[in-house]
Amino acid sequence: MVTVMLAVARVSPSRVGAVINRNVGALRSGPSYWLVLLSGFFEPVLYLLSIGVGVGALVGDLALPGGRVVEYAVFVAPAMLAVSAMSGALAETTFNFFFKMKYSKTFEAILATPVKPFEIAVGELAWALVRSAAYTGAFLVVMVALGLTSPGWALAALPATLLVGMAFGGVGMAISTLMRGWQDFDMLTTGQFALFLFSGTFSPVRDYPAVFEAVVAVTPLFHAVELVRGLAIGELGWGLLGHAAYLVVMGAAGLAFAARRIQRTLCV
Amino acid sequence: MSEQSPHSLIHARGLVKRFGDFTAVDGIDLDVAPGEAFGFLGPNGAGKSSTMRMIGCVSMPTAGELRILGMDPVRDGSRIRARLGVCPQLDNLDPDLNVRENLTTYARYFGLSKAEARRRAEELLDFAQLRDRATSKVEPLSGGMKRRLTIARALVNEPDLVLLDEPTTGLDPQARHLLWERLFRLKQRGTTLVLTTHYMDEAEQLCDRLVVMDGGRIVAEGSPRSLIETYSTAEVVELRFPDEVDYTGKLEGIGRVDPLPDRILLYADDGDAAVAEVHRRGLTPSSVLVRRSSLEDVFLHLTGRTLVD
Repeated sequence: MVTVMLAVARVSPSRVGAVINRNVGALRSGPSYWLVLLSGFFEPVLYLLSIGVGVGALVGDLALPGGRVVEYAVFVAPAMLAVSAMSGALAETTFNFFFKMKYSKTFEAILATPVKPFEIAVGELAWALVRSAAYTGAFLVVMVALGLTSPGWALAALPATLLVGMAFGGVGMAISTLMRGWQDFDMLTTGQFALFLFSGTFSPVRDYPAVFEAVVAVTPLFHAVELVRGLAIGELGWGLLGHAAYLVVMGAAGLAFAARRIQRTLCV
Repeated sequence: MSEQSPHSLIHARGLVKRFGDFTAVDGIDLDVAPGEAFGFLGPNGAGKSSTMRMIGCVSMPTAGELRILGMDPVRDGSRIRARLGVCPQLDNLDPDLNVRENLTTYARYFGLSKAEARRRAEELLDFAQLRDRATSKVEPLSGGMKRRLTIARALVNEPDLVLLDEPTTGLDPQARHLLWERLFRLKQRGTTLVLTTHYMDEAEQLCDRLVVMDGGRIVAEGSPRSLIETYSTAEVVELRFPDEVDYTGKLEGIGRVDPLPDRILLYADDGDAAVAEVHRRGLTPSSVLVRRSSLEDVFLHLTGRTLVD
């Protein structure tokens, strides 16, 4: 933790900005990137419509732990919001990050300049947050339009989704530095899908078997969903701080680990 | 070894780089003065690139003393790199950006403003003769163009010291000559160049002074001319014989003899006189070539091996 804080203290904003600037430049590289960007946004929207609204019509209403009864779609929508924050950040910090680190040697080229490994990691994370926030911002507009949250609570949920993006972005980078090749991404995709299904996304975790509930309670998307849902539906409680703390630690640890691995792998 | 100068851009004593059990650089001493064009000549695996990466402050020395631009690479790596231009052995241009953006984006890593980055990119497009390809992606460029772009990119921060790791390896002769001409221009402007190569002609063309490396050590040092004078003769006779008989004994006394798998090298200050002597002894080689001595001969003499296998 001390080394992280020391590294943070010496970060140059202009060099981090240059790393972000490179990714903004790559946006102009062609339509393929935009297509990937768009499909990433629509995925959780489609789940919201098919399951939240469609299946929701069959499920009916749902009683929250506090006793409040809401439509099923109101319960599912914040989970999809958290998922879109996760997938936006992960897409950027896994596939794109890995390509830049391992194949196109982009990081190697950057490391010959004054930019340090930690600054690359911070810049990449910041960029992942931009993508994540673009997804969640648009998703919140959809939620407000469908009457699944109020504009006020949507604004309250937005910073929470940023925190979710930061947490998954940090861990995404850390995982990417450990990847051996593209085949490892299958495991990541499977893991991501398992989290997507079983993090209190489509049914409350208290309905899970006890053992399973305990396992889910340590996985990251569960905390992301609980935090985002609490804010999006206006059910505040001290527990939200615990979820937020989990995500802060996760993001910081991922960032520090990724920076260290960039150094170890490319500065030999 | 030249004596230590307080103004050395590169100063190394007993510099060592190990990777696990393997010693890539085995205790070398170096001093490079401002304005010099300095070369590392050696075969693949001699330790040239490992040395370059240490000088470039991306790889930390395992042991020994290293000062770059008067600073310590371990403590001041970022500050040193701000004043270096690096052209790596393998092009690592950004495939997502076009030619011009590769320059402007790179300039930003050095903290240059957007306007300044643009100004320098325009200048360097001319220097690299890539103006008409400015908006092209990197991928379709020829090997020579990519190399020129990588060198242009290395100049974007107006560096005090330019490091070129095998700048022309893999290029066709025409592309090499164009690149040499560009590098020579840099040299004339007073830019300090440090390059590695396993081409003797490249070293002769570009380097004021060079070291010959083999097995992680420096085995000789000097100007191309002085190395040839010290370790070789003015001329070399290359003899080929139609049969596989060992002629070494029969050539004794004419000059130093170096038998290679496909030919015999005969070192003599006067090549024509040596050939006359060969014929006088009744030997009938199938081909005879008298040429000037080169760094290749120096290398062969020092290490017993040729440079490019």
